[in-house]
Amino acid sequence: MKKLESSFKNMVIVLGCITIVAAGALGWINGLTAEPIRLAAIAKQEQAIRLVSPGYDNQPVQEKYELTDYEGNILTCFPIKKQGKILGVAIETFSMKGFNGEVRLMLGLRPDGVINNYEVLKQTETPGLGTQMTSWFKTEKNKQSILNKNPGKDKIWVAKDGGDIDAITAATITSRAFLDAVDRAYRAYMEHCGTVVDVVTTATIEEKEAQNEKE
Amino acid sequence: MENKLYVSMSPHIHSGDSISRKMWEVIIALIPALLVPLYFFGLGSILVTSVSIASCVVFEYLIGRFLLKQEASIRDGSAILTGLLLAFNLPSNLPLWIVVIGALVAIGMAKMSFGGLGNNIFNPALVGRVFLLISFPQQMTSWPLPKAFNPDFMDAATGATPLSIMKSGHLERLPDLQDLLIGNTGGSLGEIGAAALIIGGLFLLIRKVISWHIPLSILLTVYVFTGVLRIANPELYADPLSHLFSGGLMLGAVFMATDYVTSPMVKKGQLIYGIGIGIITVCIRVFGSYPEGVSFAILLMNGVTPLINAYCKPKRFGEVKKK
Amino acid sequence: MKKNKFSIVLNGLIAENPIFVLMLGMCPTLATTTSAINGLGMGLATTFVLIFSNLVISLIKNLVPENVRIPSYIVVIATFVTILEMLMQAYLPSLHESLGLFIPLIVVNCIVLGRAESFASKNKVFDSALDGIGIGLGFTFALGLLGMIRELLGAGTLLGFRIFPEHYGMLLFILAPGAFISLAYLIAIVNRIRKVS
Repeated sequence: MKKLESSFKNMVIVLGCITIVAAGALGWINGLTAEPIRLAAIAKQEQAIRLVSPGYDNQPVQEKYELTDYEGNILTCFPIKKQGKILGVAIETFSMKGFNGEVRLMLGLRPDGVINNYEVLKQTETPGLGTQMTSWFKTEKNKQSILNKNPGKDKIWVAKDGGDIDAITAATITSRAFLDAVDRAYRAYMEHCGTVVDVVTTATIEEKEAQNEKE
Repeated sequence: MENKLYVSMSPHIHSGDSISRKMWEVIIALIPALLVPLYFFGLGSILVTSVSIASCVVFEYLIGRFLLKQEASIRDGSAILTGLLLAFNLPSNLPLWIVVIGALVAIGMAKMSFGGLGNNIFNPALVGRVFLLISFPQQMTSWPLPKAFNPDFMDAATGATPLSIMKSGHLERLPDLQDLLIGNTGGSLGEIGAAALIIGGLFLLIRKVISWHIPLSILLTVYVFTGVLRIANPELYADPLSHLFSGGLMLGAVFMATDYVTSPMVKKGQLIYGIGIGIITVCIRVFGSYPEGVSFAILLMNGVTPLINAYCKPKRFGEVKKK
Repeated sequence: MKKNKFSIVLNGLIAENPIFVLMLGMCPTLATTTSAINGLGMGLATTFVLIFSNLVISLIKNLVPENVRIPSYIVVIATFVTILEMLMQAYLPSLHESLGLFIPLIVVNCIVLGRAESFASKNKVFDSALDGIGIGLGFTFALGLLGMIRELLGAGTLLGFRIFPEHYGMLLFILAPGAFISLAYLIAIVNRIRKVS
């Protein structure tokens, strides 16, 4: 069979046909995979929720609601209940201050704001340095761990900035981003609960120090 | 211990071979700078230096003999110099197996892969250092503290180098210039003690092993650039003299950037090269995420050297100037 | 021209290995081989696209006018890449996540378009599919090997199993420079072997 001639009509028809067939095939596959993709995403969320706040018997993914953080971004919050009693929340939070962009976490808080556990959902930090955050802040060693701490009372920021948490060795920027995400979730949740947020931040400490110096 | 160096010199025949004589002169010029870490960091520094030199020589011999099948090139002293310079860029408490890996990278990857002495694009010792810095960031950035140390300072910044203090913004904790000059600070074993490095550099200048163009253009650029920053905001930026005498700048400017193989051939090119190193160093130190940038700056300008050489061609012998 | 079917497959694996010999598709090669699993996953994903795009392009080669062949091929390739991405998202979400952006980028992988141009548009349907398998496996082999070397030297593991303590791993091999260095030495070794044989 000889090749079709490159006339204008032939070209339009052939390209048009190929595009239509391709679009049809994609539509069909999309229909097939839409449900599994949705389920996979939910399964992933649920797995993360179970890791950060275990022992619930409700459907946190169905009961999720939205929080607004101090910069106006939307965070997703999953309530954790057992027999109708609130055990805490799991909040999907993020920070854009990472060494390579976005860091995304699932953070489990108890109703009083104490950190239960966390799970890193997404990060693109430097392998072997920043990536240690997946376990670093859970390890009870020196002042690494943030578990069972209350961001409202404890100084949850890196020691280099005057806080009480040891930064990951050679990855201070990642540590700051991680703690920024934690702080963001905590403040958004407290705001939602109607607590007047009087979070101690680096900024407020510096202000206080400046005042003290003046006095 | 340092007598060992003299012993290893004795099989060498002073035959008037210019490569090896210059290499040996550089090695002699480095000896004052080797005594400084011996005093402040103890025997660890000699151990790291010996292992580094020995493994560089062994790797050079093995690769040259069995992979490249060329005549042994150990006698020219370049492997010993590479080993010495590599050690100067390492903390004196580095585990010895890491030193051996650094020597393998310096000799095997940066030098022999390109065909041996004279063919390498990048300074072998610096490639070894940067490889280790990226591969073992924890071990490569935990600096031992010199023995004669003021206790409050130790509390404030355990194991910090002057440059990491600058990076963290606590300028008031910087050691004073006298300490920087004699080497009473944390850092790589050969980079502390600016005075000893300057003495070595003067020796090389007097012996005409190096010319003033590269070191001076680097140091002046750094001085002017950090001076401008200092004037702009003295609270944020350290004073230019602290920049000059801390970190690997003196070592890099005098001994690493002036390597014949990887630096431009003509004076004009050397000035461009030096200014480039100065600017990149300050940019990395002040704006980058690493506290020290000399090694990266020299490697980057090593990469540009062929281009500089093409732009500033040396005048041909007997060529008449065009009018 | 009657070619041995088996030699078509072997051609892609050895004589025209896309990485070691043709030096095509360097971007995904360098970027995705941080571990053996990622390298193999990327290789197999590209193999999938290669087989089907070669097959379809070979089928329609006489229907496509000369002047619009490149856009047509790209549409075909892009379709299969999108299908692949949706399937991976649905059934292999963790692999999809670790390969990330590089799955959609298979569209612009020059191996795929290169084989469409140089092989599928000139050969029979079955042969084209075999060529896709051969080139794809050659690519997978190269990426797997590179991934293994980098994972072993960088993290001390091989396919996730610990070989030596992490403490001894050379981080540089997991980062970008390690990709260039390992690839350079691999190609040097392959050239040496080819010269000898």
